[in-house]
Amino acid sequence: MNRRNWGLWAVMALGYAFLYVPILSVAVYSFSASRMATVWGGFSTRWYAALFANEQIMEALGRSLTIAALAASFATLLGTASGLALSRFGRFPGRGLLSLMNSAPMVMPDVMLGLSSLLLFVSLQQALGWPERGMSTIMIAHVTLTACYVTVVVRSRMASLDDSLEEAAMDLGARPWRVFFLITLPLVAPALLAGWLLAFTLSLDDLVIASFTSGPGASTLPMLIYSKVKLGVTPEINALATLIVTVVGLGVVVAGILMHRRERRLSA
Amino acid sequence: MSAAAPGGAWSFWNDVVRNLFGWFRAVGREFRTRRGRFLVTALPMLWLLLFFAVPFLIVLKISFAEAVFGQSPPYTPLVERTADGAASLKLHASSYALLLQDPLYVGAYLKSLLFASVSTLFCLLLGYPIAYGIARARPVWRMLLLVLVILPFWTSSLLRTYAMIGMLKANGLISQALAAVGLVEPGSAILHTDLAVYIGIVYNYLPFMILPLTATLMRLDFKLLEAAADLGARPWQAFLRVTLPLSMPGIIAGALLVFIPAVGEFVIPDILGGPDALTIGRVLWTEFFTNRDWPLAAAVAVAMLLLLVIPTLVFEYVENRRERREGRA
Repeated sequence: MNRRNWGLWAVMALGYAFLYVPILSVAVYSFSASRMATVWGGFSTRWYAALFANEQIMEALGRSLTIAALAASFATLLGTASGLALSRFGRFPGRGLLSLMNSAPMVMPDVMLGLSSLLLFVSLQQALGWPERGMSTIMIAHVTLTACYVTVVVRSRMASLDDSLEEAAMDLGARPWRVFFLITLPLVAPALLAGWLLAFTLSLDDLVIASFTSGPGASTLPMLIYSKVKLGVTPEINALATLIVTVVGLGVVVAGILMHRRERRLSA
Repeated sequence: MSAAAPGGAWSFWNDVVRNLFGWFRAVGREFRTRRGRFLVTALPMLWLLLFFAVPFLIVLKISFAEAVFGQSPPYTPLVERTADGAASLKLHASSYALLLQDPLYVGAYLKSLLFASVSTLFCLLLGYPIAYGIARARPVWRMLLLVLVILPFWTSSLLRTYAMIGMLKANGLISQALAAVGLVEPGSAILHTDLAVYIGIVYNYLPFMILPLTATLMRLDFKLLEAAADLGARPWQAFLRVTLPLSMPGIIAGALLVFIPAVGEFVIPDILGGPDALTIGRVLWTEFFTNRDWPLAAAVAVAMLLLLVIPTLVFEYVENRRERREGRA
């Protein structure tokens, strides 16, 4: 290989190192016995034990997982409806508005989404006495944030699908909802899974919107991490970060491999 | 309005009402003829109207209120009822006046733009060679390299920003590396400087730049480069005159995906930056949580919407129309 390619490879190696070394170093220090978060003090798993014994963290983790699972499920429902409407229904009144409201949350800074959702909840509470700020309000805000990502995934999947199968089923006399459940849904299933996973991780990551919409005593895991990080790096957070990144990374890789296999089987 | 003919205002409102009426009729027809479709569309529509569109009207409303401390909610009502039951509308523009007068806010906006644009540039400089390498790699390698770019995108941005803290401390790897090159004083911490914010944004948003670039470069026909070489172009000439122009759509898409969220970014400047890394997102956060000045926070949000989001949506709209036109032609 010539000299130019060596330069390219050097930049690539540097780029990948930049992407991975910080998180790997956190993983390494999470196994250090030292109380200092960035000093090596011999191998130990004591910070993992301390993590699981920390009720505050475990409680916040449970809360975050609940919110993420519920929000992702409802967002998948809404996003599929939007995706279906925008890709299959042709022109209908309000199409432009629906499309705009589905792309706007993605370019909106999350401080804005958080503030506007909170002000809505406060106004509703004043007028109707509902909702109480807490897990439910975080969940509603997360559904609004993540549904549009599901829409994008579902919409692009539907656009790449040939609609002749659906048309054939209709020609053979199948009712629209049967066509949807028997033909369209199985074909877009990988997109639904990808959309759900995306919504789940986005909700699990979110600090800003949750901070705005949460109520007293309903701290999510990112809120707890943020308040600890503001005080400095701790070995416990190192362990927590390592666990979360490992689980999410493995989940995404496994889901990717499964979907890839299914696609190959279907196309074969 | 005063310049319009006497009938001008009337006919304008007449049009509005007629259009609204027509729209309702169309919706009604849709409901009667295609009920299933109507319900499928109505569910996300109502949700987004209630939880996304209406909140912005409330933000707009509260931005015209005045902060009152020690009560809940901490702002004045816009419509006040007097003793005899008459309602009066009270608009306060004081929040907006403060935004324009106090250099803190204009400075924060400029600082956000600076952070976002410099970081976007560095994302491009680092991301382009990587995307190029991925696009030219053999298929097996390409898959692996792509997965390695996508993976960080799925993992928490808060945790990755946290991971950067250790790297940027006085004895951190990046601090040492930059000191070895001579960019910073040896033994000094980069953490809590503007440089740390740049590094943090590039680290967090690099995948957003690489993915659209790779998609464009993979579609590029590399025979064009051979043709350019055969015709006597030097490699850098071929790059500047063939590869670069053809990868422009990817560059624009990647730059937008990095720039837009970076302007409103809160977590990275807050955790990695110093107290002077005051971005617009941080100002909104502080006004809301620390100063509890809700009307001012709402006014900052409205300013952000006008200066950042609306230009983006207009740009996207124009791009879509252009693409559709070109696709048809």
